[in-house]
Amino acid sequence: MEWANQLCENRQFGSKMTDSKYFTTTKKGEIFELKAELNSDKKEKKKEAVKKVIASMTVGKDVSALFPDVVNCMQTDNLELKKLVYLYLMNYAKSQPDMAIMAVNTFVKDCEDPNPLIRALAVRTMGCIRVDKITEYLCEPLRKCLKDEDPYVRKTAAVCVAKLHDINAQLVEDQGFLDTLKDLISDSNPMVVANAVAALSEIAESHPNSNLLDLNPQSINKLLTALNECTEWGQIFILDCLANYTPRDDRESQSICERVTPRLSHANSAVVLSAVKVLMKFMEMLPKDLDYYGTLLKKLAPPLVTLLSAEPELQYVALRNINLIVQKRPEILKHEMKVFFVKYNDPIYVKLEKLDIMIRLASQANIAQVLAELKEYATEVDVDFVRKAVRAIGRCAIKVEQSAERCVSTLLDLIQTKVNYVVQEAIVVIKDIFRKYPNKYESVIATLCENLDSLDEPEARAAMIWIVGEYAERIDNADELLESFLEGFHDESTQVQLQLLTAIVKLFLKKPTETQELVQQVLSLATQDSDNPDLRDRGYIYWRLLSTDPVAAKEVVLAEKPLISEETDLIEPTLLEELICHIGTLASVYHKPPSAFVEGSRGVMHKRLPARTGSGEGTECPDVGNAAGGSAPEAAPSIIPSQGDLLGDLLNLDLAPPTTTGPTPSTSGMQMGGMDLLGGGLDSLLGGDIGGSPAMGAGFGAAPTVMPASLNAPVGGGLGDLFDLGGGVGMPMGAYIPPKTVWLPAMKAKGLEISGTFARRAGVIQMELVLTNKAMSVMTDFAIQFNRNSFGLAPAGPLQVLTPLGPNQTIEVSLPLSTVGPVMKMDPLNNLQVAVKNNIDVFYFSCQYPISMLFVEDGKMERQVFLATWKDIPNDNESQFQIQDCHLNSEAASNKLQGSNIFTIAKRTVEGQDMLYMSIKLSNGIWVLAELKVQAGNPNYTISLKCRAPEVSQCVFQCYEAVLKN
Amino acid sequence: MIGGLFIYNHKGEVLISRVYRDDIGRNAVDAFRVNVIHARQQVRSPVTNIARTSFFHVKRSNIWLAAVTKQNVNAAMVFEFLYKMCDVMASYFGKISEENIKNNFVLIYELLDEILDFGYPQNSETGSLKTFITQQGIKGQHQTKEEQSQITSQVTGQIGWRREGIKYRRNELFLDVLESVNLLMSPQGQVLSAHVSGRVVMKSYLSGMPECKFGMNDKIIIDKAGKGGVTNEAGKSDLGGGGSTSGKQSIAIDDCTFNQCVRLSKFDSERSISFIPPDGEYELMRYRTTKDIILPFRVIPLVREVGRTKLEVKVVIKSNFKPSLLAQKIEVRIPTPLNTSGVQVICMKGKAKYKASENAIVWKIKRMAGMKESQISAEIELLPTNDKKKWARPPISMNFEVPFAPSGLKVRYLKVFESKLNYSDHDVIKWVRYIGRSGIYETRC
Repeated sequence: MEWANQLCENRQFGSKMTDSKYFTTTKKGEIFELKAELNSDKKEKKKEAVKKVIASMTVGKDVSALFPDVVNCMQTDNLELKKLVYLYLMNYAKSQPDMAIMAVNTFVKDCEDPNPLIRALAVRTMGCIRVDKITEYLCEPLRKCLKDEDPYVRKTAAVCVAKLHDINAQLVEDQGFLDTLKDLISDSNPMVVANAVAALSEIAESHPNSNLLDLNPQSINKLLTALNECTEWGQIFILDCLANYTPRDDRESQSICERVTPRLSHANSAVVLSAVKVLMKFMEMLPKDLDYYGTLLKKLAPPLVTLLSAEPELQYVALRNINLIVQKRPEILKHEMKVFFVKYNDPIYVKLEKLDIMIRLASQANIAQVLAELKEYATEVDVDFVRKAVRAIGRCAIKVEQSAERCVSTLLDLIQTKVNYVVQEAIVVIKDIFRKYPNKYESVIATLCENLDSLDEPEARAAMIWIVGEYAERIDNADELLESFLEGFHDESTQVQLQLLTAIVKLFLKKPTETQELVQQVLSLATQDSDNPDLRDRGYIYWRLLSTDPVAAKEVVLAEKPLISEETDLIEPTLLEELICHIGTLASVYHKPPSAFVEGSRGVMHKRLPARTGSGEGTECPDVGNAAGGSAPEAAPSIIPSQGDLLGDLLNLDLAPPTTTGPTPSTSGMQMGGMDLLGGGLDSLLGGDIGGSPAMGAGFGAAPTVMPASLNAPVGGGLGDLFDLGGGVGMPMGAYIPPKTVWLPAMKAKGLEISGTFARRAGVIQMELVLTNKAMSVMTDFAIQFNRNSFGLAPAGPLQVLTPLGPNQTIEVSLPLSTVGPVMKMDPLNNLQVAVKNNIDVFYFSCQYPISMLFVEDGKMERQVFLATWKDIPNDNESQFQIQDCHLNSEAASNKLQGSNIFTIAKRTVEGQDMLYMSIKLSNGIWVLAELKVQAGNPNYTISLKCRAPEVSQCVFQCYEAVLKN
Repeated sequence: MIGGLFIYNHKGEVLISRVYRDDIGRNAVDAFRVNVIHARQQVRSPVTNIARTSFFHVKRSNIWLAAVTKQNVNAAMVFEFLYKMCDVMASYFGKISEENIKNNFVLIYELLDEILDFGYPQNSETGSLKTFITQQGIKGQHQTKEEQSQITSQVTGQIGWRREGIKYRRNELFLDVLESVNLLMSPQGQVLSAHVSGRVVMKSYLSGMPECKFGMNDKIIIDKAGKGGVTNEAGKSDLGGGGSTSGKQSIAIDDCTFNQCVRLSKFDSERSISFIPPDGEYELMRYRTTKDIILPFRVIPLVREVGRTKLEVKVVIKSNFKPSLLAQKIEVRIPTPLNTSGVQVICMKGKAKYKASENAIVWKIKRMAGMKESQISAEIELLPTNDKKKWARPPISMNFEVPFAPSGLKVRYLKVFESKLNYSDHDVIKWVRYIGRSGIYETRC
């Protein structure tokens, strides 16, 4: 407010009267005065007053008390005043919903105004008034505006649909606005098309499965036409939308690429980057031997380089993206090293990113230049930058063997500068060089040792100690050096302590005679005087090793080390693929998937690159979808959550990982190997403490299908009441197996008829097939393969048809399946495409499996975890279904469901209605939580499903229905 | 999409705050102030994530513009928008300063309402915005129906950058080829990197909706024409001028980008540049070249450390272009160590001064003809220090302006067709000017 006061003085001196004067009033009776002015008869005075109100609003003062007075000014033909009042309304309507309704009439009236600018203004503003009561009144005006004769009004109305959807999604669907919006994609005006695309894309993001955008070759063609004509911003919306499409084949892919490439010459960097995104993605589908593929690669480099002459902020965005592109397709920029050289005046964020890319592009061809540059950078001012440059020199040494010697000598030069952080950074990288090229550069150790005293950072100290320990036999005074570190052992960081322990043990193993005392000392420091468990454990392990079998100790501690990799900091490939699909966006700037920084359901979608369509592969390949021209693989969301999420889930949920007995194959998605190994021991160790926890019981106790006895024990506090399980649980029944159906009629398969079903028996998924030979000749040599599918189902063994199948003979085969095959999302989700081969031909069919066979035995969630997870999953992911005509009581239902690994965790009775809470775990680790409402005497059940991957809900519901009705 | 847009002064006080999305609250305004504007250390990134909210910022003099979002927005678009926003404001009220922003806050809110809807950028061409958003209140109420629909069709139309019915008594256009030549040279005189980034800026005062075609000595076009045996139209309609010193006929353009008025698909297929120009001044294209660049000056540095308290510096500059041409505004900046206590300079030409506050010797020469050479020598006295760190030796940088295009680019023609009005290409008065300026022109020493 200070500046407001300063200006107040200006005003008193009679300086020029401008708008800034509105910022001036800070007196006490201000609201009162404003009220009077707002109700003044004079138009000018009114306007002045509203301006003052807006100014106060900007500064953050609460002027909501003036609501009725400001709204009164709305009925005016002065457009400037109207706009100001609207601005006020948007800010305060939510806090004054009752009064906001006063504005409705004006909006409705303005939407009929002869002036298109006023109609658009009204429709634009009313979408920003987030009051439920009002939204209903706005539907009619909006409907009219969507069909307005003026494109300016239509383009504004298109965005308004997205606004309304944000407030009340159901209303938008009920009113049919989505269809009107879809129609606008065919509008004659390019800007209307662009805004409609933007609105639809946004709405589609919150309904991952709605197929709202319905991209097909016709609509794509419309978009590509609009692309040539609309504003730069519209082009961005359209390109970003195009990037979500997956072309049917490589030819369509190429033709889209051809029409997108001209955008690479646009002056707007965002248009260029979005075009790059489309091209990078669609390029995946082009065969590499195609001429066009090479042409495209060549076309991509110049625009990417041009982005580096944009403003620094954009350069930064571009560099973060180039970093991804270089990792995905290094060939594009491999000759462009020079443009990434750092300029003296670049902002630091640009410098650091350039450096990163330089290292990635370094190769034998350009290493001399790169090294010369890096040496320059190491003398700059910014500490972070210098450190990174020094580290980069080390990385070059590791990456390009021919340059290693030069790099080492450069590093030595740098160490001579004695600049503290340069020396430390150099020592850290030299350690890695030693590991990469053992027995080559050890001559420099002497120089390194000279700098021992100046090292004050843990990483550098640890590196130095490692070097001393590793080369103890060549360093005469190794024991003295290490001993000097030992003096302040307890003040060192853990990293250094651990390294020191290991180094002294190494030293002892190499020179046992002189260093016995030293090793004793460090072992006792580590085991007795330290309260760090890692350090203590390592100490004990060494101690036991040394005392029981020194020879074995030598083999373990001085074992040959694996080589270190050339590239560091590479982004994990699946994440990289996802990020490539997000080029230009924040995700590509952060190098994190959107789910890591976006709240709610918007971030859950994982994007993937499309698969290359095989043109050369023959029929043996089970990729029936592509080869047979079936449904194209959908690029969009994979239901498999990324590794990170899954691990997170697991850590949250299972205190003890499932160690199922019996012949369960690796169905349970993520197994924690290490924990399994220790399972038995842990059990006995902790058994006493955790008796009360049902999940632990289930994990380690008896067979997984048997309910743990401790379930009735109160979990604690109010939770116990909620989750009181009433009566006991009866004997589980067998899993539901659907009846066999004919999958492949004899007509289509030269006489071979296949029918079958799926079952889960003792934790093993089985495909039960009946093969009938209706042809005249004998069939032999049966084999089976699956196309990639949503849950990675694959045959666990060959198809066991050992005897030839004679005419009119039938054979039943049971094929065990695993869930570790390749994954691709199918539509419907539980669709499975199968290829069966015999001596006659290869036949293709597709069938749908009940998702219940993927429900694993350890799908019982702990109650508290259930509660927390239920709350944690956003409400958007909840779906509700009705099961009709089911005459079971809740107990029978629960028993029946348990047979199919749908576990009831708790039951609650509210006003005669039984609520059953259940959990299911899919073989890929996805958890589904369910709430089943059963009312005595009412044959209709209501079921709500919540899951982090809401796509599976529909399938799960079908299973419920099938299980309960059979 | 963009959830909100804030403008702050250098102290972090909010001047403008406009929220577009419900997920952005008032606390976002404070979060940015506390974490970025008032942060102790230097800004390390133009994108900041604070409590799951992302902030994009740019600075214009001491004004901060920040766009806020909670979604995975198109980051490049947000920055492009912020720059555009600055351009629009500048074209309405000049320099972006605290005072100007306060004086025009109503106008800014009005613009923000128009160019950003629910966080989606809309038409932001000043040309068309000015037809219905003006500083003196809105025209709105007094327009006829035709005028109104003309405005809306222009704002949403294919040619959003130009309105119909423009008339000039004299049809005239000015073309400026503005190049900035960038160089990084090693102390031994080896070119480490060099490129020219050029812009073609056009001022057009043409009636009606003229169709223009622009031609330059692009290697690809010339080679194509040569092979095809087509007679070179440049011969007839060459706009002449140009001061390129080299005799080369064509240049290789690494990459170019165009104003949105240029038909990109046509450039992609035929490499011809055709467009309907906006009225007044605008940037037609940008380009970048790296091959056969004429480096107007060469800097030959010689630095000698005499003991620990003295440096001897000698710098020679050589001009490398036609002797008939004159370079102007030449400035050579020789950095000096931080512990400099005194400097003695002798130069053959121009004036040289040691500027302690900038840690540099600045040598200025008003004019210098081509193929000449000049020299400066300096003795720098140093205070003894016990600072272990060596002096970083920043590069010697240079500024200048030359009347030719260092890339060798030449305008071959700019043809204007307006079929509806009765003027032809010959009636249009055309002016072409070439200016080459130094970009980052550095020689390491």
